[in-house]
Amino acid sequence: MDPDRALLLWMYEHLLLSRKFEEGLIRASTTDGQVRVGHPYIGQEAVAVGACAALQVEDYVVSNHRSHGHAIAKGVEPRRLMAELLRRTDGPSKGKGGEMGMADYAVGFMSSTEIVGGNIPMAIGIALASQYKHDGRVTVSFFGDGASNQGTFHEGLNLASIWRLPVVFICENNGYAEATPVEYAIAVDDIAARAAGYAMPGTVVDGHDTLSVYAAVSEAVDRCRKGDGPTLIEAKTYRYFGHYYGDAHHRYRTEKEVEEHKARDCIDKFRQLLLGKKVVDKDQLEAIDEKVSEVIHSALDFARQSPPLSDSERLAGVYV
Amino acid sequence: MTAAIETRQLSYWQALNEAIKQEMRRDQTVFVMGEDQAGAAGRQAQGLIDAWGGPFGVTRGLIQEFGPERVKDTPISEAAFIGAGVGAAINGLRPVVDLMFTHFAGVAWDQITNKFAREHYVTGGQACVSMVLKTFGPCYAPFLHFPGMKCVAPSDPYTAKGLMTAAIRDDNPVVIFDSLRLLRTKGPVPEAPYTIELGKSRVVKEGSDVTLIGVSWLTTTCLDVAQRFESQGVDVEVVDLLTLEPLDEDTILRSLAKTKRIVITDQDHPRCSLARDIACIIAERAFDYLDAPIVTVTPPAIPELTGPDETRIEDAIRRVIE
Repeated sequence: MDPDRALLLWMYEHLLLSRKFEEGLIRASTTDGQVRVGHPYIGQEAVAVGACAALQVEDYVVSNHRSHGHAIAKGVEPRRLMAELLRRTDGPSKGKGGEMGMADYAVGFMSSTEIVGGNIPMAIGIALASQYKHDGRVTVSFFGDGASNQGTFHEGLNLASIWRLPVVFICENNGYAEATPVEYAIAVDDIAARAAGYAMPGTVVDGHDTLSVYAAVSEAVDRCRKGDGPTLIEAKTYRYFGHYYGDAHHRYRTEKEVEEHKARDCIDKFRQLLLGKKVVDKDQLEAIDEKVSEVIHSALDFARQSPPLSDSERLAGVYV
Repeated sequence: MTAAIETRQLSYWQALNEAIKQEMRRDQTVFVMGEDQAGAAGRQAQGLIDAWGGPFGVTRGLIQEFGPERVKDTPISEAAFIGAGVGAAINGLRPVVDLMFTHFAGVAWDQITNKFAREHYVTGGQACVSMVLKTFGPCYAPFLHFPGMKCVAPSDPYTAKGLMTAAIRDDNPVVIFDSLRLLRTKGPVPEAPYTIELGKSRVVKEGSDVTLIGVSWLTTTCLDVAQRFESQGVDVEVVDLLTLEPLDEDTILRSLAKTKRIVITDQDHPRCSLARDIACIIAERAFDYLDAPIVTVTPPAIPELTGPDETRIEDAIRRVIE
């Protein structure tokens, strides 16, 4: 089903929120030694936004170490996300989680993790509970190309398949596991081909194209809701920065390659689409840009004013 | 508790089985998951069901009463199904997940230490990991190292039922370390559900001359040793740890304040072990109580766990009372 105008605008706003959020974070880090950028998602936004556009609020998302974009697309408020990254108490995890303990249960953003592939089992468990309770909800499990070489990928996809769990596995193939290219580390050309080993559909989508991701995930979500079980979607995408912010990525990839991907930028592409379809005009786009910039600006202010964890808060909460 | 109820005898595995069964009846969100919790999965149409009833029969009979939705046999994929247990728990269920043997933990260690133990804390309390991980084995020290998971070791059928029931009802992740040595031992077990408070150790025999710390099957051994010393005029107090985390330091120190001497038994490897951890706590918090050096009795540091046997516990007691 084609997205309506409201959904298209939601997509654009969230692509931009994600991009500008991280740009704001990077700017802040250059003047404030306390701000750590971590693992930027810039370049991959079409995947999270396209996928979450296919979900309902009550559906679940489970993330990995590159969590900012997933969080924003699932509806975590930028100012609370920023507070969490700055380890402040107004973050959804009260500053105890940071980038890789990011979770906001209020919007179904359930978990992040520092271990590559480590959250695939968590995602299938959430989906298992949905199946057990017959609540009709779907869980999306985001992970990267590197995770598809972990044992949890094999164990998890097999388990999800034999139990026909309502889970959508989205592998964001950004070309690199840390500094190791996929063509070196992965035995097949398409990670989606691995789905055959688990008797589930495997689809490749252009991860620079929000609407392609949206279409593929919508179909997978429908399968889940019908009780037909999981799907593996491989989104071919690209990260503009290194594995982490500050990573000397030019030592493992050429400037030419980076520029080729930037020329296909998902946000530029979406802007052209909106203008081409006359969903908005240039003035309206500019108004959205300004609104988003303001949200990010105030998110940083909010986060900086939020109190850091006290020692007593840090020591509490080991058990319920 | 009436005398009639107390005389009902169950073996250790039956006590665990009854605890799980009663909690599954009481609470629809409780389910079991693991390898061969029933066995012969999916072959009910051929008249094949409950082939194993769990490793050592602990979950025997559950699938007939609760069906395959609540008695979930898994492939041999410990990382996936332990992590899935955490996911199910944070989504409102109470999984009782079986890690057949403790030394299988290695293949699921990320799930155990980074998800099971940590998810509640790192999400600022959003995650409620109401999950039980039950396992046979003595190697609990690696688990105790990581904050966030409660660890218990029943010592007889009565404590097995009470601790399992408490663990299932607890909103925290709890690991139950069972022992194959206890599997067929029998003891009085009340039929009605009951809990034993997590975080509490108990004095199973009072004494005034020496404190002897027991854990799991070693508690019975310690009681036997204590009895033998009684005839020699040495009054041994035996403490059964039951919960290993959070550790009931007060019960240990209260006993030591009385006896001034302590022997700590352990069935786990000696380096960085529970026994040496308790010794350290005593050295830091209660050095002045001591009239003799702390003695630990553990298996030798070889890559196989056996013992310790009674003779070594007796030798240790002689050392501290000399």
